[in-house]
Amino acid sequence: MLKDITLGQYYQTDSVIHRLDPRVKLVSTVVFIISLFIVDNFIGYLIAAAFLFAVIKLSKVPFSFMVRGMKSILILLLFAVVFNLFLTPGEVLVSFWKLKITKEGLRLAVMMAVRLMFLIIGSSVMTLTTTPNHLTDGLEKLLNPLKVFKVPVHEIAMMMSIALRFIPILLEETDKIMKAQIARGADFESGNLFKKAKSLVPLLVPLFISAFRRANDLATAMEARCYRGGEHRTKMKPLVYAKRDFMAYAFVFGYLVLCIVFGKILF
Amino acid sequence: MSIILDHVNYIYEEDTTMAYPALTDVNLVIPDGQFIGLIGHTGSGKSTLVQHLNGLLKPTSGAIYYNGADINDEGYDKKLLRSKVGLVFQYPEHQLFEVDVFSDVCFGPKNLGLDKKEIQLRAYAALKQVGIADEYFYQSPFDLSGGQKRRVAIAGVLAMKPEVLILDEPTAGLDPKGRDEILDQIAKLREETGMTVILVSHSMEDVAKYVDRLIVMNKSRVVFDDTPAAVFAHYEELEQIGLAAPQITYIMQALREKGLSVDTGITTVTEAKEAILKALRG
Amino acid sequence: MGIIKTKDLIFEYIRRDEEGNVEGITRAVDNVSLKIEQGDFVAVLGHNGSGKSTLAKHLNAILYPTEGTVWVDGKDTSDDDKLWEIRQTAGMVFQNPDNQIIGQVVEEDVGFGPENLGVPTKEIWERVEESLKAVGMYEFRKHSPNKLSGGQKQRVSIAGVIAMHPKCIVLDEPTAMLDPKGRKEVIRAVRALNDVERITVILITHYMEEIIYADKVFVMDNGTVAMEGTPREIFSQVEKLKELRLDVPQVTLLAHELKQGGLDLPDGILTKEELVDALMKLKK
Repeated sequence: MLKDITLGQYYQTDSVIHRLDPRVKLVSTVVFIISLFIVDNFIGYLIAAAFLFAVIKLSKVPFSFMVRGMKSILILLLFAVVFNLFLTPGEVLVSFWKLKITKEGLRLAVMMAVRLMFLIIGSSVMTLTTTPNHLTDGLEKLLNPLKVFKVPVHEIAMMMSIALRFIPILLEETDKIMKAQIARGADFESGNLFKKAKSLVPLLVPLFISAFRRANDLATAMEARCYRGGEHRTKMKPLVYAKRDFMAYAFVFGYLVLCIVFGKILF
Repeated sequence: MSIILDHVNYIYEEDTTMAYPALTDVNLVIPDGQFIGLIGHTGSGKSTLVQHLNGLLKPTSGAIYYNGADINDEGYDKKLLRSKVGLVFQYPEHQLFEVDVFSDVCFGPKNLGLDKKEIQLRAYAALKQVGIADEYFYQSPFDLSGGQKRRVAIAGVLAMKPEVLILDEPTAGLDPKGRDEILDQIAKLREETGMTVILVSHSMEDVAKYVDRLIVMNKSRVVFDDTPAAVFAHYEELEQIGLAAPQITYIMQALREKGLSVDTGITTVTEAKEAILKALRG
Repeated sequence: MGIIKTKDLIFEYIRRDEEGNVEGITRAVDNVSLKIEQGDFVAVLGHNGSGKSTLAKHLNAILYPTEGTVWVDGKDTSDDDKLWEIRQTAGMVFQNPDNQIIGQVVEEDVGFGPENLGVPTKEIWERVEESLKAVGMYEFRKHSPNKLSGGQKQRVSIAGVIAMHPKCIVLDEPTAMLDPKGRKEVIRAVRALNDVERITVILITHYMEEIIYADKVFVMDNGTVAMEGTPREIFSQVEKLKELRLDVPQVTLLAHELKQGGLDLPDGILTKEELVDALMKLKK
C-alpha cells in the first residue's frame, strides 16, 4: 500500500562521498549535469562514465541501488529514444514499413539515452549519500546570498525539513484512514474517473483536518521552544568545509575542464 | 456461525529488509455472541489480528473462515464481509468526514447500496443505540466532544448491521468518566443485540469486568486464551510480558499470603469487597 | 514568591458560528489564584474540558489572561519584552508526541531549543548529551523519531525542553496518547527530573495513578480549582472525585468501599501495601 513509497532514498554507510559537505555534493551534481550537455563526442562520454564510475565506487553504494532510480523514468527514456530514432531526418540506414532509422537519428537516440541515464544515476548518487536533512542544510547555506534580495532562505529550508519529517507520518495516516473507510464499505478502486474522484472525499477530508491540526500544534510547540525565525539562531551542526571538500571541488572542476577540452574543443 | 482462524501467520513488509512476523501461528475459534477482550501492548499483533478478521489484511499463510467460508477465496465478497464484521478504528478522527453527524452515519449503509429509506432508518437506529440525542444529528461531527465522536464512529459501523463488532482501543484519550460511559454503552449494546463483540485494549483493568473471554497477545503470538479469572491467575507471567493483572488481583494475592482466606481469582472491586468482608467477619 | 503564581486569572474566548458571528463567550478559566513553589512536583487533574490545558498554556505565555495576572519566576507573562525569557524558564511538553518533534534525527530535535536561544555550537552538543541521558534516550540519539515508540518520543520531547535549561517544566497530558508501558516510562523520567535535577514539574493529567507521587494536587472543574491538597487528602474524598468525572485507583476505591461496609480503615489509602497492612491489623 502507501507505506511502500519511500522518500529520501538515503543509503546508510560510511564512505568518503558520504562524509563530503552537502554543498560540495550539490555543486558537483550541477557541474556533472552541465558537463553532460557540454560533451558531444565519444571521448567526452567516456570521461563522464569514468568520473561517474569512480564516484560510485568511492560511495560504497551497491550499483543496483543506482539503477533502481531508472525504473521510474523508463517510459520517459523509451519515448526519448523512439522519437529520436525514427523522427530525425538524415542518411537512411534501415527502413521498414513507414519507419526509417537514420544515421543521425541513431546517434541522437544513443546520446539522449546515455545522457538521461547518467543524469539520473548522477543525481541518485547525491540523494543516496546525503541525508535529506543535510541536503536542506546545504541548500540553505548555498542560497544564503539570495537573502539580499529578500528571499526567505531560512524559512524555505525550515519548511522543507518539516515537510520531510511529516510526509511519512501523513502517509501512515492516509493508510489508516483508508482502512477505516474501507471497513465502512468504501471503495477506492472501481468505477470511472468521476466516481473515483468522488470516492476520495472520505479520505481527503479527515486527512486535511488532521494535517491542519498537526500544523497548528507544531507551530505552538515551536514557539514554546523559543523559535522566532532565523535571526540570532546558532547551529548545532554548522557546515564547515574540511580539506577533503576542497580536494573534491578541485577534482570536480578538473573534470569539467577535461570535459570541455576533450569532449568539445579538441575533437 | 463463527469465525475460525487456522494457523494464521502474517509477515509485515515481506520481501524487504524490515520484514518481521506480526502474527505467528494464531489459532482461534470465535463462536457467535461472545464478549471478548483482546489484550496486548503496542506492537503485540492485536491490531494486525483484527484487521485480518474483516479482510483488510491477508495472511501470509493459514486461513480465516467466516461462517464456514474462506474469506480469502477468489470471488469471496469482501464488501459484504466488512458489513458483517464491523471494525471501528482507534481514532474517530480517521473516519468522520461528512457535514453532519447523520450523513456520516449514512456512509456505511449507502456503500452497501441500500435504498434511501432503509439507509436513514438504519442510521437513526444506530445513533439511538449508542446514545446520541436527536439534537446532535445535524451538528458537524468535528464539533463534538471526544466521547461523542467515538459514539458516532461506532454508530457509523453499527448502521451496517454487523454480526460481529470489533472495537480497537475505544477508550483511548477519554477521561475516566468518558471511558466508563463508553464501555457501559458497549456492554448494553451487546446485551440488546446479542452480537459478538471484540474489545481491543491494552488495559486489563478496563475490560476485565465486562468480557467473558480474554485473549492475550505478546510478540505476535496468542499467549493466553481463557476466562478473565483464569488468565489473571497467571499474573506473574503477565508481568513478565509487561502486562499487569488488575490491582485487585495483587491485593487478593497478598492477603492470601498473609493468611486471610480469600479467593484469589477475584478481579473486580465489588467482588473483592464482599470476599474481604466475609473473610474478616468469619 | 514561588516559581509560578496566578492571581484572579480569567480566560475567555469568543465562540463564532460558521459565518463568523459571535455566538457566545466561554469562560475556560475562571478566577484561578494559585502558587507553585520552586522544586515542587505539582499535578493538575481534571476531566476533559475542565480548563486544565487552558491553564497550562498560560504558564508558558502561549495564552494571555483576559483578566488577572500570571507571573513566571517573577515576570508578568503579559509583558512582551519578557516573552522569550518566560518561555525558556517554563518549558512545555504537549500531548501528541508526533506534533512537537521538529528534527528528523533525535539529537537534532533536542538541539532545536538551544539553537533558537543562540547557544554556541559546542555547548549545544553538551546540553543535548546531558538532556538525552537524563531521560534515558542517549543511545537513540542517531535514530529517526518516526521509528520510536510513543513513550520514547515523549521522552525525546522532554529532553528537548530540558536542553533549554528551564526552571520549570509544564507537561500538558503527556501520557494521554500512550499505552501503559509508555505512560510508566514518561512518568519515571519526569519524577527523576524532579528528584535529581530539582526542576519544578507541573503535570496535567487525568490518570489518577500518575499523581500519587506529587507534592501537591489541584483538581480543576468548570474552569475553577475545585480541590487542592496532597494526593492523600484528595483521594480520601472518593465521592467528590466521582462527581468531578474522575476516578480513584482500585486500591483506594476498595478501601473506601470496605470502609462504607463498616470496616475501620484510615482515609486515603494509596498503595496495595497500606491496604493489606490495615486489613491484617483488623484481623488481629
